[in-house]
Amino acid sequence: MIDKLRADVRSVLDVVPSGASLAVGGFGSSGRPDTLLDALCDLDRRDLHLIVNNVGSDFTGVGRMLAEGRIRRLTASFPVLPEFYDEYFAGRVELELVPQGTLAERLRAGGAGIPAFYTPTSAGTMLSDGTFPLRYTGDAAIAECLPQREVRDFGGRAHVLEYGIVADFGLVRAFAGDRKGNLRFHLSARNFNPLAGMAGRRVFAEVQHLVEVDELHPDDIHLPGVFVDDVLLASQTSPKQATIAGARDDGGS
Amino acid sequence: MTETVGAVRGLSREGIARRLARDLQDGYVVNLGVGIPLLVPRFIPPDAEVILHAENGVLGLGPAPPPGREDPDLTDAGKQPATLTSGAAIVDSAMSFAIVRGGHLDVTVLGALQVSAEGDLANWYVPGRNPAVGGAMDLVAGAREVWAVMEHVDRSGRPKLVGQCTFPVTGRRVVTRVYTDLAVFHLVNGELRLKECAPGVAPAAIRARTAARYVEDLSWT
Repeated sequence: MIDKLRADVRSVLDVVPSGASLAVGGFGSSGRPDTLLDALCDLDRRDLHLIVNNVGSDFTGVGRMLAEGRIRRLTASFPVLPEFYDEYFAGRVELELVPQGTLAERLRAGGAGIPAFYTPTSAGTMLSDGTFPLRYTGDAAIAECLPQREVRDFGGRAHVLEYGIVADFGLVRAFAGDRKGNLRFHLSARNFNPLAGMAGRRVFAEVQHLVEVDELHPDDIHLPGVFVDDVLLASQTSPKQATIAGARDDGGS
Repeated sequence: MTETVGAVRGLSREGIARRLARDLQDGYVVNLGVGIPLLVPRFIPPDAEVILHAENGVLGLGPAPPPGREDPDLTDAGKQPATLTSGAAIVDSAMSFAIVRGGHLDVTVLGALQVSAEGDLANWYVPGRNPAVGGAMDLVAGAREVWAVMEHVDRSGRPKLVGQCTFPVTGRRVVTRVYTDLAVFHLVNGELRLKECAPGVAPAAIRARTAARYVEDLSWT
């Protein structure tokens, strides 16, 4: 029998090592897998590469990871949180800034076995010409830029080569899920979740509601269990929030 | 705040939004950026059914919900609580940007720092500030029409319609129309054309506040 239900989030996530790459669903706090993110903080994982659309606007979820100094590289379109930029300009976090649609397609492509694709997005801009700073030195100089993209003309228009993303792990939050890993999302909390689920080599899903197999109609399954390895019940309490003071204590800087 | 040229009274921010909304046609699928574009929905003519798209996967975005009716699972692209209109659809982020990039949006309406004479748009990054791009580069690359909305000059009175953008560009040769407090411009075959002056604004006042080369083509109104 296929049974992907797991009871204890920390023992499941214990397989995630420090240094891992994580594709994470959510758009701001909407649909963000805070139970999984909190567990990785509680397990004291560090040096992580997060692929996630935004950091969010406070110190919960991805923001907590940032505040606790656990992120080595962020691949994102819209970081927002001012404290993230403090870390970036201080050379403590790398920023791979990616247009939102390119990020979504890179995750989809990675999960779909497409190693690379051409897109018109970002052609002729700083995000494709090799001038956007990926990493700063400690004294505010640029240490390294995003690589210059290969450019090819299609139909008289410039397109840039973008690579699919395959992450070590995918972190997903769904509205409902069953023991086979079939998932259904709710309204705009769907956003990047199916894509993070496709792009991860091993995928953890926290669900708000555990349902019996067949309660989700086959037509209503947004991400089938074939993409999902472990299903956990999402924490019903509000997410943990790190403080800026906590960041300084734990950041080791 | 200083004015480098004599005062001229143009449209308010609401006035620009109202003017732009008049050009949205029944059946259009439209994405609205932050700033003045978010003022547009209230001015869409009641007889025009316009479908609003939000990057986070909403087709058929409605107005903000009343207090107490917010759903954390339903937000707009600015992460504010949202509602759906009748006939709305939800998609994931890859499908949302397939809609954008694939040419299925009739219009994207975006705020602008600068627009060049050739239709280059700068609106994502001011060097020295915090860089974030969101969906702006996808929107300008994919939408059938790109309408830039902005004050005609910046806070120091410097023109925002320029020969070449000095801020980093969001896309090159992408803008198709520009709506400002003083005027409406169209880009036709790579050429910027003044199509309309705001009420009470003389063409010479626009000329004095525009650094980009353009052609006066006021015959259509």
